[in-house]
Amino acid sequence: MRQTVTREAITNAGLALLLLVVPLAASVMDEPFYVTLATRIAVLALAAVGLNIALGLGGLVSFGHAAFFGLGGYAAGILATHAFNAEPLFLGIPATTSMPAIWLVAVVVCGLVALPIGAISLRTSGVYFIMITLAFAQMIYYFAISWPAYGGQDGLSIYVRNTFPGVNTAQPLPFFLICYALLLLGLALFWALSGSRFGAALHAARQNATRLAAVGIAPFNIRLTAFAISAMITGLAGALFADLNRFTSPSMLSWHMSGELIVLIILGGKGRLFGPVAGAMLYVLFEFALGGITERWQLFLGLILLGVVLFARGGLMGLVAGKERYG
Amino acid sequence: MAEPVLEIRDLRKSFGALKATDGVSLHLVSGEIHALIGPNGAGKSTLIHQISGSLTPDSGTIRFLGQDMAGLDMAARARLGLARSFQTSSLAQEFSALRNVMLAVQAKQGSSLRFFRPVMRDRSLEEPAMAMLERAGLADRAHVPAAELPHGERRQLEIAIALALGPKAFLLDEPMAGMGPEGSKNLTRFLDTLRREAPILLVEHDMDAVFALADRVSVLVYGRIIATGKVDEIRNDPEVRRAYLGEPA
Amino acid sequence: MSTALLIEQLLNGLQLGVMLFLMAAGLTLIFGVMGLINLAHGSFYMAGAFACATVAAATGSFWIGLIASLIAAAAAGAIVEMAVIRRLYERDHLDQVLATFALILIFSEGTRWLFGSFPLYLDIPPLLQGAVPLPGGGQYQLYRLAIIGVGIVVAIGLYLLISRTRLGMRIRAGESDREMIAALGVDISTLYTVVFALGAALAGLAGALVGALQSVQVGMGEPVLILAFVVIVIGGIGSIKGALFGAVLVGVVDTMGRFLLPQALSLVLPPSQTALISGALASMLIYIVMALILAFRPTGLFAAQP
Repeated sequence: MRQTVTREAITNAGLALLLLVVPLAASVMDEPFYVTLATRIAVLALAAVGLNIALGLGGLVSFGHAAFFGLGGYAAGILATHAFNAEPLFLGIPATTSMPAIWLVAVVVCGLVALPIGAISLRTSGVYFIMITLAFAQMIYYFAISWPAYGGQDGLSIYVRNTFPGVNTAQPLPFFLICYALLLLGLALFWALSGSRFGAALHAARQNATRLAAVGIAPFNIRLTAFAISAMITGLAGALFADLNRFTSPSMLSWHMSGELIVLIILGGKGRLFGPVAGAMLYVLFEFALGGITERWQLFLGLILLGVVLFARGGLMGLVAGKERYG
Repeated sequence: MAEPVLEIRDLRKSFGALKATDGVSLHLVSGEIHALIGPNGAGKSTLIHQISGSLTPDSGTIRFLGQDMAGLDMAARARLGLARSFQTSSLAQEFSALRNVMLAVQAKQGSSLRFFRPVMRDRSLEEPAMAMLERAGLADRAHVPAAELPHGERRQLEIAIALALGPKAFLLDEPMAGMGPEGSKNLTRFLDTLRREAPILLVEHDMDAVFALADRVSVLVYGRIIATGKVDEIRNDPEVRRAYLGEPA
Repeated sequence: MSTALLIEQLLNGLQLGVMLFLMAAGLTLIFGVMGLINLAHGSFYMAGAFACATVAAATGSFWIGLIASLIAAAAAGAIVEMAVIRRLYERDHLDQVLATFALILIFSEGTRWLFGSFPLYLDIPPLLQGAVPLPGGGQYQLYRLAIIGVGIVVAIGLYLLISRTRLGMRIRAGESDREMIAALGVDISTLYTVVFALGAALAGLAGALVGALQSVQVGMGEPVLILAFVVIVIGGIGSIKGALFGAVLVGVVDTMGRFLLPQALSLVLPPSQTALISGALASMLIYIVMALILAFRPTGLFAAQP
């Protein structure tokens, strides 16, 4: 048992190091493309770390996390646009291009939206939960499309990447480091939550909600809290994603995006600390490698995914580090 | 007589045409083991579900420690001190026996919305949990995942969890089910010591255990209680013998 | 606002509802009998549309195309069931979601590979071209009326199939007790394949019928699939009656919302904001209705289980 724990820890450290060293080296060799690729991995991994709290720890199969990813993206896009045009937001509140402020807005908005969505969705379970979270995300998607003030179907460009005090975010490497640091922070939060009293209740809610209720802990409250925290982290990643691409669009809110976030987790290993990181690496590398060979890379992604679901349950972390055990 | 810990009055619950609970009244007083017996399909589990809050009765009242339970869900009733065990073991399967009990200790200590301190290094959870496992005779199995425990030990673990809640009353739904004679005997001895902590409403098929433990017995047939009394009275009640033991009148 | 316009919009809503019913009936049947959530159901819709468009173009007959769409979708359904889906019945919903999500990727890219990225077009058959007069003036497309007719026929057919035939009896038994039906000697895996193919054929039929109204292209099944999910969630998963009710509700609410909201809001809002707000609100309306229904009935209106 100690053996597997160590193996997972070594794998985790290896992945974390790899994700740091490759872009550093690429930057030295003046290959900014690979830095951007690593940034994409870090941001998608952070989004999936958020989802992993609901899905991996809580067993809540949210098929609508793109809603939060997209809301985070729109928070960045809308604030940046207003600031760029020197228009106040509303009631004379000034907009900002400061990343920390934007992150705060993204996180708060996602938390506030996640509470009612979660409160209604969590009254149900199983397939209903999957479909309702999907439907709520679609609702926000259609809202974004039909609201022309912020680009509607065409999305919203961020002309100059938002700023971070003391860092030149227009350069690929500093921006990567910001994203990487936030990913580590997200992972630390996931790890702390998983091991805490809250985490114990959340794990139990996944394994057997009746048992949790029978000891006097209402599963609903635990799940709703987890859902909101999960949404906030995914929303933060959305804000970073918009800044990475300097673009926000309804596609960030689409159900394909929700599906991809789940795919990241399953490729890497559901509920595992570094599952989303491993999954995001695999996914972005597939996209890059297969996408270079064929336009039809999604066909192969589909086949690989089907293979993983049918035959390699537990994902990459499951293959490398074995089955997860709880003390 | 002191006010009963648990008092059920004229409880009714139907599923379509089936009257699963048909005007049941019973009570549980401090210090007693009150056994609920009856043939299969008599509605014993349905009754337990309504008391614990996983089913809503159609009518009637359930009062626990003087408080009406209507509108309170299972978790709220558990927090008030109503601990239950399940007919088929209901455990957090991936958690070890210890962590299953720690969850109950955590619940008893209050809010679970604590996000940072690791539970595995929290002695205020582990020590009481370990003590409960010891009492239930499971100390040496503390680190085995619940899914890997044999049936009898899962039953013991359920009771250790209930015990860790420091309850004001136990609802035990067939704790002996599927246990061998040796296991039943041990569990009987253990339950006998439990009544000092809190009264027990015991649903059980094992008549040896019922007759050894119960202060009072109620007999449930087709959703109705046909008799309540001391063990000897029930044993000799002609209506019980007819309805329950299938003897001719 | 004339009566004719109102009737026209109501009929449009009904026609959308019928399409959704064809999709939702299969989804809900598959879930009810096999406990499977199938995201790839939209792919059968697409397959039906492509088959119909291709065969109709080759033979010059919409009707042969329509038959081809049924055969193609049912065959695709049967093959997918045997190759992939039957490995998923015992899995949790997450695995089902992922595997069928993977199937969508495979189907969509595969279709794009075969047919290219340009949409195909399908003409309304000569027999159904033209329009019928509406009471109060105005006209309505005959073809759309025919779609509504098909939906009614399918609904009655499904009702008779499930309540009157041996297959229906087995479907009902399969819903309530899988082990029982296996014990009775019914070949359960064949039953499952048949049910899945039936659901796929209904989706294919829907795709072919709509193909003559819109362009036939990759991804056309996805918006319909999500609306069909809303339908079965509202109706109660597993209930055909719920699917019918939910489909008509969603179809009519969506269409009438887009039609009536701008007019209603123009009474209280300045014109500059009316279009904006009514557009956004109309596109969210069915989801709001769904949320309201679920807030009171978490398992939908006609849920089979308590």
